[in-house]
Amino acid sequence: MKGIYDKAFENIVRLRIMSILMANEQYDFNSFKELLEVTDGNLASHLRNLENQGYIQVEKIFLGRKPQTNYQATKTGRKAFEAHLEFLENLIKSNKS
Amino acid sequence: MKNPEKELAEIKAMMERSTRFLSLSGLSGVLAGIYAFLGAGIAWYWVYYPSSEFALETEEVNPSDLQTKLLVIAFLVLVLAIGSAYLLSQYKSQKKSQQFWSPASKRFLLALFIPVIAGGFFSFALIHQSAYQLLAPATLTFYGLGLISASHFTLGEIRNLGIGQLVLGIFAAYFPDFGLICWALGFGLLHVIYGSMMYYRYDR
Repeated sequence: MKGIYDKAFENIVRLRIMSILMANEQYDFNSFKELLEVTDGNLASHLRNLENQGYIQVEKIFLGRKPQTNYQATKTGRKAFEAHLEFLENLIKSNKS
Repeated sequence: MKNPEKELAEIKAMMERSTRFLSLSGLSGVLAGIYAFLGAGIAWYWVYYPSSEFALETEEVNPSDLQTKLLVIAFLVLVLAIGSAYLLSQYKSQKKSQQFWSPASKRFLLALFIPVIAGGFFSFALIHQSAYQLLAPATLTFYGLGLISASHFTLGEIRNLGIGQLVLGIFAAYFPDFGLICWALGFGLLHVIYGSMMYYRYDR
């Protein structure tokens, strides 16, 4: 079967984070927190996990005096997500036939 | 992973919710339409009544007190419409427990208000140049462009609403006699139609 099932996206929070970063050029920590309704610690650990795999990259900036942490999907991350999507789509197709 | 369909649905939902401002209230569209109708009715009464019953004759709208009164009415309609949209959308986002201020809503506002504010300044220039017959076409056209650009970041219906405003605006530019009627159709009728459509589809 085409496509690769990626263990990194087995967790629903990580799947959601990656979906958001596929649709947005970048997304910041607090907006993630509000949209996903998870705790700081939980979110941070999933983000770190994706970062360690090289799927997302972090950028810290200052808006005036407030720090903001922005996340972007890397090329590797996008490819992995697309392969994961392909796997899911093929799985649905083969389940139907 | 037990259910790939569910997983795909989850991905799609996240992409939608993170890029689109989905709390836009349909009811506020209906209200905006009603304010516009009232405003247009009052303007028609001041400008044309009783000289023409159908508002088809272009008369010079010169007297400066009339101009001030019309500006006040236009401003009032604008403030009421934006105010209702803000309050009702905030209420809707609370009810659906969605975030009101999000990257998506900011992008939506920026996309809408860059053309709209440009249109505002353009309209003041038209008043300054005494080109009153182009006010209705200009406001309709700029608003239509704003809606079309904002439609990428909110409910899809907004796009057709924008195209409607744009068509009316350009038509009115060529036929200034129909300016006020087009304005009432665009800001009034189209808002009511699309607002109620969105209300039935998403708000209940």
